[in-house]
Amino acid sequence: MLVSIYRYNPDTDKKPVMQDIEVSIPAGKDLMVLDVLELAKQKDPSVTYRRSCREGVCGSDGMNINGRNGLACITPISEAVKPGQKLVLRPLPGLPVIRDLVVDLSIFYKQFEKIKPYLINDKPAPAIERLQSPEDRAKLDGLYECILCACCSTNCPSFWWNPDKFIGPAGLLQAYRFLADSRDTATAERLADLDDPFSVFRCRGIMNCVAVCPKGLNPTRAIGHIRSMLIQQGT
Amino acid sequence: MVTNVTNLGRSGLFDWIIQRFSAVILAAYTLCLLGSFVAHPDMDYLQWRSLFDSSPFRFFSLVTVLALCVHAWIGMWTISTDYLTSLQLGTKATFIRLVFQAGCALLTVVYLLWGIQIFWGS
Ligand code: SF4
Ligand code: SF4
Ligand code: FES
Repeated sequence: MLVSIYRYNPDTDKKPVMQDIEVSIPAGKDLMVLDVLELAKQKDPSVTYRRSCREGVCGSDGMNINGRNGLACITPISEAVKPGQKLVLRPLPGLPVIRDLVVDLSIFYKQFEKIKPYLINDKPAPAIERLQSPEDRAKLDGLYECILCACCSTNCPSFWWNPDKFIGPAGLLQAYRFLADSRDTATAERLADLDDPFSVFRCRGIMNCVAVCPKGLNPTRAIGHIRSMLIQQGT
Repeated sequence: MVTNVTNLGRSGLFDWIIQRFSAVILAAYTLCLLGSFVAHPDMDYLQWRSLFDSSPFRFFSLVTVLALCVHAWIGMWTISTDYLTSLQLGTKATFIRLVFQAGCALLTVVYLLWGIQIFWGS
């Protein structure tokens, strides 16, 4: 199988190039894209990428696979390419490249930081723990599972245009995760922080984020909930 | 909180609601106009004139011109802050964007005054 990999070292290269590497896939096996990448690295050890858990839990190997963002470790090649096609691997779009498939996620994390991704509760702490009813706990389903792989935000045109001002789908999903938490008492402050023309309202409902999330989460729906909360608060 | 001085309503929610509200007015006006064409298939100039001379319709037209201007301004402002940023244009971005926005603002005001003159002028 032919693998085409984006190669770029900003310190020494004038511009990025695509390097083709031929790897042999064991017959009758459907490997994951990450396995193919490991095989390619055996041929050329200078190929650089991030990975850790190799089972879709850590979120470090988000990349653009044949034009679609995803986690290399849980994307089977049968799903990524049609038979006889090349496997084309590029870094997540829209962020500065550090080396090959490794991108600089600083601005992504900065947006995450902005939404204060931790519980804020000004009531005195109870002796053991803050309890939550099963119904309230259920409100966090579909939100807390995000692994911050950045596949969604780097697939969002609004995030490409304004990565410094628009929180992006990943950050907004987490913003709603804390807005929806019955133990959090900072709802009004959180909403006030989001009510500008950029943080939330740059979302145009294109749903690119939903289409690629490897965990099957729905940031667009969370953004809709935030918008409703803002409307309710504003009226 | 991202702050910006040139948008209309200061708050993203306000802009968002105004944008949708003005869209409804524009749609309603379009439907009314189309409806009057359908109701009078062979409308002549006099009928056309009397339609636009009636006070409710003149008022509706004025409101629509206002809605159009507000809608256009929010839309153009959003486009300019999406595409005319330092990411695409470098250090000159703020200047280019302000010139573009000033041009849009001027056009909007001209259309507004012109519209008022057409509907309420004589
Ligand atoms: S929402 Fe999905 S795609 Fe986005 S960062 Fe979280 S897990 Fe990744
Ligand atoms: S729905 Fe919103 S956040 Fe998701 S990709 Fe589209 S614009 Fe971005
Ligand atoms: S290596 Fe951890 S998510 Fe792919």
